Amino acid sequence: MEDIIISVAQRTLVAGTPLLLGTIGEVICERSGILNLGVEGVMSVGAVTAFIITFVTGNPWFGLVAAIVAASLISVIHAFASITLQASQVVSGLALTMLGLGISGLVGKPYIGKPLTIKMQNWAIPVLADIPIVGPILFDHSPFFYMAIVLAALAWFTLEYTRLGITIRSAGENPRATEAQGINVYRVRYWCVIIGGAFSGMAGAHLSTSYSKSWIEGMTAGRGWIVIALTIFALWNPMRAVIGAFLFGGIFVIQYLLQPLGISPNFLAMLPYISTLFVLFIGALRDSRKMNAPAMLAEPYRRGER
Amino acid sequence: MKSLGMVNISKSFQDVKANSDINISIKQGEILGLLGENGAGKTTLMNILYGLYQPDSGKIRINGKDTSINSPSDSRRHGIGMVHQHFMLIPNHSVAENIALGYEMTPLLFPQRKIKDNIIAYSKKFNFDIDPSRPVWQLSAGEQQRVEIIKALINGADLLILDEPTSVLTSQETRDLFQNLREMKNQGHLVILISHKLDEILEICDRVTVLQKGRIVGEAQTADVDKKSLARMMIGRDIIFQIEKEPMERSERVITIDNVVIKNDKDLEAVKGISFDIYRNEIFGIAGVSGNGQRELVEAITGLRAVESGKIAIDGDDITNESVRCIYNCGIAHVPEERIKFGIAPGLCLYENAILKQHHKPKYSNRFFLAYSKIKQHAKNLLSDFKVMAPSINVQTKNLSGGNIQKLILGREISEDPSLLVASHPTYGLDVGATEYLRKQLLKRRREGGAVLLVSEDLEEIFELCDRIAVMFQGEFMGILNSDDPRLKDIGLMMAGSMRV
Amino acid sequence: MLKFKVTDRMNILPRHSLLSLVFSLGAGLLAISVIFLFSGVNPLYAIFKIFSGSFGSMYGLKETVTKAIPLILIGGGLAVAFRAKFWNIGAESQLLMGSIFGTWVGLNWGPHLPWPVIVPLMFFAGFVGGALWGLIPAILKIRFSINEVISTLMLNYICNEFMKLLIVGPWRGKTKHGFPYTDDLPLSATLSVLPGSRIHYATLIIAVVAVILLGIAIYKTRFGYEVRVIGENPDAAKYSGIDFFRTTLIIMVISGGMAGLAGVGEAAGIHHYLSYPESISSGYGYTAIIVAWLAKLNPVYVILSALFFAGILVGGDAIQISLGLPAATVQVFNGTLLVFLIMGDFFLKNRVALQWGLKRN
Repeated sequence: MEDIIISVAQRTLVAGTPLLLGTIGEVICERSGILNLGVEGVMSVGAVTAFIITFVTGNPWFGLVAAIVAASLISVIHAFASITLQASQVVSGLALTMLGLGISGLVGKPYIGKPLTIKMQNWAIPVLADIPIVGPILFDHSPFFYMAIVLAALAWFTLEYTRLGITIRSAGENPRATEAQGINVYRVRYWCVIIGGAFSGMAGAHLSTSYSKSWIEGMTAGRGWIVIALTIFALWNPMRAVIGAFLFGGIFVIQYLLQPLGISPNFLAMLPYISTLFVLFIGALRDSRKMNAPAMLAEPYRRGER
Repeated sequence: MKSLGMVNISKSFQDVKANSDINISIKQGEILGLLGENGAGKTTLMNILYGLYQPDSGKIRINGKDTSINSPSDSRRHGIGMVHQHFMLIPNHSVAENIALGYEMTPLLFPQRKIKDNIIAYSKKFNFDIDPSRPVWQLSAGEQQRVEIIKALINGADLLILDEPTSVLTSQETRDLFQNLREMKNQGHLVILISHKLDEILEICDRVTVLQKGRIVGEAQTADVDKKSLARMMIGRDIIFQIEKEPMERSERVITIDNVVIKNDKDLEAVKGISFDIYRNEIFGIAGVSGNGQRELVEAITGLRAVESGKIAIDGDDITNESVRCIYNCGIAHVPEERIKFGIAPGLCLYENAILKQHHKPKYSNRFFLAYSKIKQHAKNLLSDFKVMAPSINVQTKNLSGGNIQKLILGREISEDPSLLVASHPTYGLDVGATEYLRKQLLKRRREGGAVLLVSEDLEEIFELCDRIAVMFQGEFMGILNSDDPRLKDIGLMMAGSMRV
Repeated sequence: MLKFKVTDRMNILPRHSLLSLVFSLGAGLLAISVIFLFSGVNPLYAIFKIFSGSFGSMYGLKETVTKAIPLILIGGGLAVAFRAKFWNIGAESQLLMGSIFGTWVGLNWGPHLPWPVIVPLMFFAGFVGGALWGLIPAILKIRFSINEVISTLMLNYICNEFMKLLIVGPWRGKTKHGFPYTDDLPLSATLSVLPGSRIHYATLIIAVVAVILLGIAIYKTRFGYEVRVIGENPDAAKYSGIDFFRTTLIIMVISGGMAGLAGVGEAAGIHHYLSYPESISSGYGYTAIIVAWLAKLNPVYVILSALFFAGILVGGDAIQISLGLPAATVQVFNGTLLVFLIMGDFFLKNRVALQWGLKRN
């Protein structure tokens, strides 16, 4: 029994890691006012890049760095389309998804069926990992997990308690007022989109070099869309995203375990999406201010005189 | 900063000359008032000083030296701060966060905590009493304004520009503000106050410069002038009555507005219990500076805004709070204030905009389908009857000039023979020709038995066209006068809230 | 310092639109070629194979028309919704709901009714299913101001799981050896196809007729006029007395319903039983977004646009087989073309001039 609990808990944390990474990025992006629906595609690009570079160099850390670079670059397309061209962020994001999925599928084809010999190894934190039950659950994970937690805290801290955070949040709340303070809102948003992409790339790298050792097409399996839901569910707060990511991730882990109890796994799988809608619904009934939604999210902003 | 001067400043926007050869000066420990109606060029001038606009010619002198100001950061560096009429604040953020956004010296980490002390220090200096951690949306207008002032001062502003600061304040808050301004003056700051309110200019300013239609028309020490002379300078004419319109007997009553109370977007009362009637063969004008409730009144009459209490009835039918379409069907047509924003669908072509409000009527549609042949004919008629210059009825409406768009809208609304035509600032931003044409059309409407409600800031227009004139100030009518009433020479005082009839 | 000056373009003529389209497609193909080169594929050969695979043979043409059928239906519906700026991303699940409702009617009433009765009933049921599912985000937006992009996206996944729940549970077929499929639809409830192809012509006729009707509706009816005004300028729509509530509901009934019809077409015309959602909907709901966009939101042009993208889908299958490229290759086409369409659209609506400005200090 104990083993099952430990196993489920561990797998939950692993499943939630890419979700958390992607959500941190999307939170930063959306807080600056840009909606990025392309997470699924960017994550896929990150996954394939990490895989190939790790395969070729034998070092998963190089793979991680390459994934971040590739994901950031491809995100520039969305930034350019939504910020400079003022195109619909919905359409541009969807284009990014398709492009990302397509390119990664194409580029990754030669590598299907060739597993990595070296993948990202787990780091067991000394002493802490030996604590019964809690130890193996929390302290024996891939570096991605630790990075995700640390980055979530860092992102939250930056957004709430630093000057940069105020700038980002203001760009998403009221770009006109922000610009009136002499801040280049376009530049702030560009960076946030790119950073958001970098995080999705990290999430993808986790999938292909830590979670599994191989590359298959469609590896992201809809996780990018869950990230978009999770961003809202977490009310644009990276710390809440931690809880949400493991909640959502956990659902997929126990989905089939609860089947003997008569609970349909499909019903469980619906829960993340239903709860996101629920959160929005509640927010609409109460004061929408408490929702934290950036006031000008997905509204194109055009700098202008008169 | 010891002194600042703007020398021979001129600025045009396309063909409108917003500032012509303006010279102003201010020195340390002085409060200068900039007086003028809307559109006189005051805000444009200050935006140039603040670095948001660049002048076409002229220069700025600080402490005797020529200075170039190319952006708000430049002006801030030179010690100029501005509090805009519409606050540039982020409602969901706290006071500290808002100030931190604009403050050059904001620390990278924990900015809210670190500048809190600064904020409290400024608060104490001027007796402000602001809690830095409160979210801005919870603050009253006066408190929000103080946040804007602190934002300007904390960046080291010596010169503070305030654009119509009292338009959103209660009288108590206004008194507090003036107290603060006196404090600042005593501490050596320079203050420029933009206002159209005579009482306030006389109360707080040391000197006043009066602008009209982009030019300076008067300057004085406030100790040497009184309200009447200021009002005359502001409006620029002795009111000579040139009635070009033929005298008309007004006939039956068309619309009754009974004690209506209307709230604005901020949930405050914008219209505080106004009553009036309009009759056929009459143009009823509402004069007054924008922002005194005219917009909300017009929106309520045309169905775009709810009426909190009171009644509106047309031809006997109660239309209070009915839908826009229902009100239109009852015979109220509307030429909107912002013609491109509300009056047309810019990307659709002319003939499609020709029936924007009328497309549901049987003569333009039968059951589900639009009768395009009739619509196109109607559009052609509109173009010729109302002299709309356009290559054809098939062009996209946004390609037309402002004047032609307005003629189209006016024609569209008039052609359905409405009982009441509501025209809101109809000639704003139009060239002389279009303006003249539109005014003639309104007079024609009056002659043909229609009733017209004209809301305008252009006093020339009001006097030229209206049979009766109401002056609106802060949600109330300061008086309703016949156009030949001699008391109208004091209309400036009424517009500025200093006189009631 | 290099500066771009961007102003609204005043006169947009049809030939500008065409030019922009050709430019976008051309530049897009160029970019795709680069991507192919980078992945070690001969771009000329690949592109040739795609278009010959879909338009170069009878078989290819028939498959292209087959795949165009749902794209025409959904694309037409989306054209209406997008014109009013209602971003319906949920066509994928509206299709599935249609297939669910249609299949229910087919399985339960099919054995007892002859095909002239059951087939229209199935289509009707499918329309209702898609429409109901489409009404949900409409109501959420009007009453609760919930952004329709998010709500339709969430509903896609909710429906996905719901369908899986049905096919592994109460709807699992008795004749399917335990596989999570429903039973086959009775013969009367299936759609006949043109001989030698998979073209379920009934749906095709409905699709073409429907988009023509929608085209007429958009340009010639009061409703269509109101939709266009809302999309052009919501403030002016309010000023002119247009009822947002009612119009939005009708728009989504149409958009969801059209997708629902497509769902019936797929279920009764191609598969003849329900299986995994992805195989029924095949991403049509998302592809149709680009189809509608390319057609400039004109329901009648959707027919051409749908054939074009169906061709890419079929061609994508072809090069999968002949060049061993992965299925995701089609997405490269879709994504790249969409990006260049966005750029082309920008240059259509704006004049961009280079300003050699003097450096400011």
